[in-house]
Amino acid sequence: MIPAQFDYVAPGSVEEALAALAEHGDEAKVIAGGQSLLPVLRMRLNAPSIVIDLGRIDSLRGISEDGDELVIGAMTTHSDVGSSALVAEHAALITKAVEHLADSQIRHRGTFGGALAHADPAGDLGAPALALDARFVIAGPGGSRTVPADEFFVDLFETAIGEDELLTEVRIPKHTGWGAHYEKFVRVSHQWPIVAVAATVKTDGGTISEARVGLTNMGSTPLRAAVVERALVGQPATDAAVREAAKAAADGTNPPTDLNGDSDYRKHLATVLTRRAVLAAAGG
Amino acid sequence: MTATQDRPALEIGKDRRRKEDQRLITGRTRWTDNFQLPGMLHLAMVRSPYAHAKILNVSTDEAKASLNVVTVLTGADVADEQGGLPNAWAITTDQITPNHPSIAVDRVAFAGEIVAVVVARSAAAARDAAELVDVDYEELPAAIDLKEAAEDKVLAHPDLGTNKSAFWQFDSAGAGTGGSIDEAIDKARTDGIVIEREYRQQRLIPAFMEPRSVVVDPTSEQITMWSATQNPHILRFLLAAVLGVSESKIRVIAPDVGGGFGGKLQVTPEEFITFMAARRLGKPCKYTETRSESLMAAHHGRDQWQKLTLAATKDGRVTGLKVDLIADLGAYVALVGGGVPVLGAFMFNSIYKFEAYQFNCQTVLTNKTWTDAYRGAGRPEATFGIERIMDELAAELGVDPLEIREKNWIRNDEFPFTTVCGMEYDSGNYEAATAKAKEIFGYDALRAEQKQRRESGDPVQLGIGVSTFTEMCGLAPSRVLGSLNYGAGGWESASIRMLPTGKVEVVTGSSAHGQGHETAWSQIVADRLGVAFEDVEVLHGDTQIAAKGMDTYGSRSLVVGGEALVLAADKVIEKAKPIAAHLLECSVDDIEFSAGRFGVKGTDQGLAIGEIALATFAAHNLPDGIEPTLDSDATYDPIAFSFPHGTHLCAVEIDTETGGLTMRKYACVDDIGNIINPLIVAGQVHGGLVQGIAQALWEEAVHDEAGTLVSASFVDYLVPTAADTISFDIDHTTSPSTTNTLGTKGVGEAGTIASTPAVVNAVVDAIRHFGVNDVRMPCTPQRIYKAIHSHDVAESGGDPTAGAAAAQFDPQDTADRTEGDVQ
Repeated sequence: MIPAQFDYVAPGSVEEALAALAEHGDEAKVIAGGQSLLPVLRMRLNAPSIVIDLGRIDSLRGISEDGDELVIGAMTTHSDVGSSALVAEHAALITKAVEHLADSQIRHRGTFGGALAHADPAGDLGAPALALDARFVIAGPGGSRTVPADEFFVDLFETAIGEDELLTEVRIPKHTGWGAHYEKFVRVSHQWPIVAVAATVKTDGGTISEARVGLTNMGSTPLRAAVVERALVGQPATDAAVREAAKAAADGTNPPTDLNGDSDYRKHLATVLTRRAVLAAAGG
Repeated sequence: MTATQDRPALEIGKDRRRKEDQRLITGRTRWTDNFQLPGMLHLAMVRSPYAHAKILNVSTDEAKASLNVVTVLTGADVADEQGGLPNAWAITTDQITPNHPSIAVDRVAFAGEIVAVVVARSAAAARDAAELVDVDYEELPAAIDLKEAAEDKVLAHPDLGTNKSAFWQFDSAGAGTGGSIDEAIDKARTDGIVIEREYRQQRLIPAFMEPRSVVVDPTSEQITMWSATQNPHILRFLLAAVLGVSESKIRVIAPDVGGGFGGKLQVTPEEFITFMAARRLGKPCKYTETRSESLMAAHHGRDQWQKLTLAATKDGRVTGLKVDLIADLGAYVALVGGGVPVLGAFMFNSIYKFEAYQFNCQTVLTNKTWTDAYRGAGRPEATFGIERIMDELAAELGVDPLEIREKNWIRNDEFPFTTVCGMEYDSGNYEAATAKAKEIFGYDALRAEQKQRRESGDPVQLGIGVSTFTEMCGLAPSRVLGSLNYGAGGWESASIRMLPTGKVEVVTGSSAHGQGHETAWSQIVADRLGVAFEDVEVLHGDTQIAAKGMDTYGSRSLVVGGEALVLAADKVIEKAKPIAAHLLECSVDDIEFSAGRFGVKGTDQGLAIGEIALATFAAHNLPDGIEPTLDSDATYDPIAFSFPHGTHLCAVEIDTETGGLTMRKYACVDDIGNIINPLIVAGQVHGGLVQGIAQALWEEAVHDEAGTLVSASFVDYLVPTAADTISFDIDHTTSPSTTNTLGTKGVGEAGTIASTPAVVNAVVDAIRHFGVNDVRMPCTPQRIYKAIHSHDVAESGGDPTAGAAAAQFDPQDTADRTEGDVQ
C-alpha cells in the first residue's frame, strides 16, 4: 500500500537531526532501518508530516569498548551486531538473540537502536538489554542523558525517549565469560516470539554464582525475572535445581492473549523456556 | 532429397529446467501491474469495515475535489449497468443465490466489500482520496459463526429469509451404486463398530504471491483487459454475459501470473469495476490490490464442519460411510463456490470399497469473505475426513493404520473398479505405492522408536501419520459437468502452427500461472513431431491468440489440454503425409512418419518435417486440391476423470512440555501415471506438500465476533517459508492412465490433498496415549499442549479444541467412544 504523503530529511549529524525534531515536534517521525516504521506508514496506521532519516549519520554506527562497557551505536545493523567479535565476547546474550531475530534481509536493514526505541514487547532485543543492565544514551536539546534499562521501557511501544530526543547509543556492561542463551518459541521461523527467554549466567565449578533472566512478550514491556535470578544464585546448574527456580518465571507477568496462545499458556511456556535457557547458558 | 534431421533424444521423461524460470524468478517479465499505458488512470477501492451494514449515504464530494482525482464511483452510479457477479454452478435448481453487485448499492454483506471507487491520475492520489470518501453505515447483526448461521439465528441477507443456500445429496442406494447407509449403520450398531467424529476444515486464504491486478484499455475497437487470472477465457465470456458487451469486442490477456491456487479462478468485482470505469472514462485504468485487500477480499477457501459416521465389521472391514457437511459460502455464492464441497462428494470413499455411502451437504451464507476453490477444492476436505476416521478405526481395533487401510482398499487386480459413487477408477496400485513409501520412510524402525519413547516416558514423543489418497483429476467430461448442473463444459483446445523456418508455435487454451506449461508442452510436441525442444514456442493466456480455452484449475491442464495437444500434433502429421508423398513421388500409403521424418517404406528416401513445412509455405509444388497449410487445431473432451493416488507417511516429534512440534520425516509415493517432466512434478509435489502441511499446522483465517478478519496480514496469517519445512522424500509408482494417450494423471493438487491428514494423524498418533483422539487444525502448540494436559487435574485456561474432537452426536449409540475425547 502507498503511505500518505510526507516530507523527508536526512540530516548529516545528530545536532541537525535534533534541530529537525525541535522544528517539527510530534509531526515528525524518526526512521532508522525502517523495518517497523515502513509497514506502519504503508498501512496508514501513522501519517507523520515529515520523516527524519538517521541513515546518513555515520557517528551513530559502530561497536566499541569503553572501560567496563561495550558501546553499540544506535544505527548499527543487527547483522553487524550479530557478527561482532566484541559483542560475542562481552555480551554473548546479544549475539544469541540477534541470531534468531527476524530473517536475514531484515537483519541487514534493521538497526539495534531502532528496534529498542520501537519498544515492541515481542521484539528480540529488549529482554537481553534489560537482563544485561544496558544503559541508554539519549541526546536532546539540552545535551545527553543516560537512562538505565529498567527505566527505559515505559509501556507498549513507549520508552523514556522524549519527542525532541534521539537514542544515540546503548552501553552494555561487559559480561565477559558469562554463558548465554536466548530461547525463542515460535510457530514459523519469521514470526515474533510467542514467548522468548534471555538468560545469561556466571558459573563457578558447576554452581551458578550470578544469573540474569529477561522475558520477551510477557507483558507490555520486556521484563526481568528477578525472583528466578535470586533463586538461581548458589544453585547447581542441574535440571532439578534450575527447574525449581524457573517455576517463578511468570510471577507478576501479564502476557497477552492472541492467535498464537492465551495468557496462561504463555505463563506456562515462560517457566519451561526459562529452565531451558538457563541450563543452556550454564552449558548444561 | 534426404532427411537431414536426426531423431532428438526423447523429451518426455527428461527433467528439463523450465523455460519460463529465468524471467519468472528474476521478475523481469510482464506482470499485470508492470503495464503502463499512455494516459492511464488508477483505481483505489473504498471498502466496508463492517461485516453487515446498511449504506445510508456515501459522500464523495471531498474525494472528488481532491488533487488529481478524476471521478468517484458509487454503487448507485453503476446500479443500472453493473449486473451481478456470476455463479456458474448452482448445485441445485432451487439454490438460493443472493445478487452480488460489484459495488455495493444499499447494503454490505462482508467486511472488505467495495462501496466506492476512486479514479485518479496516480495510484497515490487515488489512495489518498479514498480516505476522504465518507460512508454512513447502519450496522446490522452479522451471521459469522457457520454453525449458528446454519440455524438461521441471524440472517446474512435478511431479504432471503434463510442462510441455507442449497442442500445437495448423494445416496448410494438412491443412485443404485451401492447399499443403504442406514442399514449399514444399524447393522454395525448391532454387531459391528460405529465411529462418529466431527472435524473442522478451517478457513484458509489462497495467499498467491502476486496480488491481483487488472488493467483495462478501452481505446481501440476491442476493449483489452490484462488480468492476473487463471481464467482469461471464462472471464471474457462472463464480462460479455454480465455487462451486455459483445464478446467479440473484448480481449482478455493473462500475462505472466504469479500463482493462483484457485484464488485466481474467481471472476472478481475488481475486474468488473475496472472494466466499467475504463469504458465510462474512455481511458486505460489500472487497479492493483494491496496485500491487506488480497487477504481480506479475494476469495477464501475450505471452511466446513464435517460429521462422519463410519460403519464397520468387528474385524475392521468398512461397510458404510455417512457424511454430513455444512460448508460456509461466505457472503455470496462465488463462481463455483457452492460446488467445491460437491467436488469432494465423490472422494470420501477414496481408495476403499464401501458397500454403502451417503453424502449430505448444506451450503450456508454468512457475513464473511466469499469462499471458492483453493488447491484441491473439495478433495482435500474429503480425504482429510476419511483418512482421519480410518485412523480412528485402526485405533479402536488396536491395529496398525496401514493394516486397516489394506483390509479395505481396492486391490490392484480389481481395476478398473467402479466405486460406491459410480466412478470408474482406471488404474492404480495401492499395494506397490504403500510398500515403497514404507521402505523409503523406514516405517518399522520409526514405529520401534515410537514404542521405546512411549515406554521411557520421553518428554519428546514421536508420532507417525498415514494418509493414502486418490483424487479425481482432469476436469472434466462435459457430460458429467452437465449432469451436475455446472455452467460450462470441460474440454480443452490446442493448435499447432508449423512455421516455414521449421519452428513450431503451440497454442494452448489452458492458461499457466506458474505450472510450467511452456516447458512440458514443448517436451510433448518435440517428441510427437520430432522437432527440437528449443524450436517449440508455447503461447497461451490471450484470447486473441488462444481463441478457445477452458483455462487452468483442477489438475486439468496436462490430462485434458495435453491430450488436445497430442490430437493436434497427429493432425499435423496426417496433413503432411500427402505432401511428403507428392514430393517424394510415392504413394501416401508408403509414407511412414518417425522421429520427425517422413520416409518412404523400404528406401532411404525421406523428408524432415521442417522441409515439409517450408515446402507447404512456398506452396509451389503441392498435390492438387491440398490446402497449403499444416496448421491444425484440436479440441478434446475427456471421456473420464483420471485417478492419481499415493501413500504419504509423516513423522513428527511433539515436545509434550510446550506442545511444540518438529517434523522429523516425510515420505510420499505418488502414482500420477506417466511423467512428462520429473523436475516439474517434484516442484508440484513439494509445493503441494508445504501447502497441505500449512493447513495442518499454521494457516487459519480467523474472524472476530464482529466479522473483522483478525488474521489480516502475514504477521497473523502464517504462511510458511522454506525455513519451516524439511527435505521431503518423494518417489513414484507408475500406473499409466488408460483414458488418455500420454497415460498421464494430474499432479497439481496431490501433495496438498494427502499431506494435511498425514500430518494431523501424526500429531494425534504422538499423543494418543494421553487420551487424545483429535487436535483441531491448525494444530498449534497451544492446542497440542492443552490436548495432552486436558486430563490433568485443574488445568487452567480455556480450551480451543473444544467441540472439535468429541463424538458428540447420537451419544446413546456410540459404543466406540474413546476415553480420550478432548473436551
